Amino acid sequence: MENIQNFQILWFVLIFILLLGYALLDGFDLGLAALLPLLGKTKEEKDTLIASIGPVWDGNEVWLITGGGALFAAFPHAYATAFSGFYSAMMLVLLALIFRAVSMEFRANDPARAGLWEKALIGGSALAALLFGVALGNVIYGVPLDGRMEYAGSFFTLLRPVPLLFGITGLAAVLLQGASWAVLKTEGRVQERSFEAARTLTWINAVLAVIYFVVLIYAIPRVSGNALFYVAVAITFAGLIGLFFSLRKKNDAGPFWESSFSLIGLFLAAGAAQFPNLITASNDPNFSLTIYNSSTSLYTLQIMAVIALAGMPIVIGYTLFVYRLFKGKAKADGHY
Amino acid sequence: MDALLLARLQFAFTIGFHFLFPAMTLGVALIILISETLHLATKNDVYRKITDLLARLLGLIFVVGAATGIVMEFSFGTNWSRYSRTVGDIFGPLLAAEGVIAFFLESVFVGVLIFGRKKVSPGVYWVSALLVFIGGHLSAFWIIVANSWMQTPAGYEVSAAGKVILTDFAAAVFNPSTVARFLHTVLATWITGTVLVCGIAGCYVRKGLHGETARTMLKIGIILFAVTPLLQLGAAHGHAIQVINYQPMKAAAMEGHFETARGADVYIAGYVDEENEKTYGLYIPKGLSFLYNFDFNSEIKGLREVPKTDWPPVNLVFQAYHIMVTLGGIFIGMGLLGALLLWTGRLYAAKWYLWLLPFLIPLAHLAHETGWITAEVGRQPWIIQGLMKTAQASSVVVSKGELAASLTMFALVYLLLLVMFVMLFVKIVKQGPAGE
Repeated sequence: MENIQNFQILWFVLIFILLLGYALLDGFDLGLAALLPLLGKTKEEKDTLIASIGPVWDGNEVWLITGGGALFAAFPHAYATAFSGFYSAMMLVLLALIFRAVSMEFRANDPARAGLWEKALIGGSALAALLFGVALGNVIYGVPLDGRMEYAGSFFTLLRPVPLLFGITGLAAVLLQGASWAVLKTEGRVQERSFEAARTLTWINAVLAVIYFVVLIYAIPRVSGNALFYVAVAITFAGLIGLFFSLRKKNDAGPFWESSFSLIGLFLAAGAAQFPNLITASNDPNFSLTIYNSSTSLYTLQIMAVIALAGMPIVIGYTLFVYRLFKGKAKADGHY
Repeated sequence: MDALLLARLQFAFTIGFHFLFPAMTLGVALIILISETLHLATKNDVYRKITDLLARLLGLIFVVGAATGIVMEFSFGTNWSRYSRTVGDIFGPLLAAEGVIAFFLESVFVGVLIFGRKKVSPGVYWVSALLVFIGGHLSAFWIIVANSWMQTPAGYEVSAAGKVILTDFAAAVFNPSTVARFLHTVLATWITGTVLVCGIAGCYVRKGLHGETARTMLKIGIILFAVTPLLQLGAAHGHAIQVINYQPMKAAAMEGHFETARGADVYIAGYVDEENEKTYGLYIPKGLSFLYNFDFNSEIKGLREVPKTDWPPVNLVFQAYHIMVTLGGIFIGMGLLGALLLWTGRLYAAKWYLWLLPFLIPLAHLAHETGWITAEVGRQPWIIQGLMKTAQASSVVVSKGELAASLTMFALVYLLLLVMFVMLFVKIVKQGPAGE
């Protein structure tokens, strides 16, 4: 049985990486879109901002789709419990993702209602970013489960203060990710506003990160014995301190990497707190869904490991290639 | 209305809607690849204009497809949690493989196709067109594998706890219906892309718009339109034989056969009276047996082989199947007619024919939808043929009220998406190829 445990652990790590990849990449385009009215004032400025994410957001969203598929493949019980248990919240996530996806294209082709589609883009992006954090907060902080692995709470169970704190912390991190992407991809007045937004968001993130780490220790006491947790804390604050100086020096490229760094720290702390749980049961620890009681068979985990370990480096390779094709400052004369 | 029915309605509606878009994506990706290859080879600007127009349309099509596709991936967990728990070992990997192997490729390079014309060299642009084509088709492959496994499961064992355990990945992937279904579905998407291009170019030519570009686009479209429905005839025949072999009850419902018989008839059109277990209509005597193996007296199984509770809704499957087959005949006829007109040099002046072409676009979608209804409703009451009933697959904790709310949400949102899609699609078509 030791063999299957290795693969269960491997899949925890791989799904962690897929969701982290999603948070970093879709994070910047959700964050940028949510900040659109703050960063861009004229139509041309908004066009430029949207043009900076236009060619890449689609590929970024696939990290979520693949993460979801991987969860289904490796830990179907966790996938089934969370998705059916958080039903109404999941429907809201879908609503948000549908609108943020179509609204960029509709805005570009339907000038008469461009304002409306902008609102759909902003609202959809902000809501999706918030809800992902709330969902993660719930599975980590714990939800009531019954003995058959089914969710035993209600929609409002999901809106307790600790999961909401996760949501707000996640939203703030994503907004920072968006502002620092805008710093990287724009010039002139839009970039000025992006620097300004990133500065304010750095402070907000710093305050929220402190609260988040303290609450994490308080809510999940065993995390205080985990060295990885302290590494995560250090990474987050290293990122935020780096950001503070980069933004002061008006450095274009630094903030995006430092913001990503601080987001990695937040994620790593969550992963360290959660392992080996997938969905923590708040009522009885024996009911928790863990990587050991929720996984598929060894053969499936092995096949999937081959596909993921062979496939993902290729995916990352061509994704980098395409990002390089679109490198440099964004221009509003593109498709949008 | 009970929760199970609501969940089924929601799945049928959301996937039926989603299917409209990938069907167009694959066909349009094929034609973009063809025109971009010609552009690269001849340096003729006409092909660039065709690609650019289609890439703009692809941007719109792809985004609605992606937005409604993510709903499907969530739906197995949200609405079919017992199914997900039972088949996670097999069904999950197929969805994950689709992401890693296919959808990343398609999504990343679609960005280059839509935004990259001025940024990248013609060679890189062509490679992007090729990779979108490959990525899209690989994506279809994995989704069709997942569906085919539900129709003709293979490569598994059932554990003592009732879980489906994967034992042979290759056997599960290449289960008995994968190849036949993949060829049939992909050709259907090619026909859809083809009639889309013919419909648009036909409009332009009939109205005397966009000169050489419109005529070239129409020519590419008509040549493909002459070929793809004929290829489909072969693929469809192969698929039908595979259904008779592996899902005989579905095949029986498709033709309304109740009694196992040697020398079974094939219906041109008709009606199935499920209550009295009779089928009426216009038929070719012994036709089905002949089509099956060129023997007028070969045996075809009838529905009475299994208890009535294991029958699908027979008339619905029968009608859906016959609508699809009739549409297939219309496409073959229209395609050959178009080729004849092109060959004899009368195509660009045949206003009546050009006028008819746009009407084929919704018909191609109707063929997709009825084909899909045949395949999925024909499998009922099973969610996995012979292994698990649909009634045992739904989520336990999702209430009727939640389902009613979500179904209403999808109905309203998708209606909005459809209206916007059609409106903007027509708008882009009216703007025409750039620089004309």
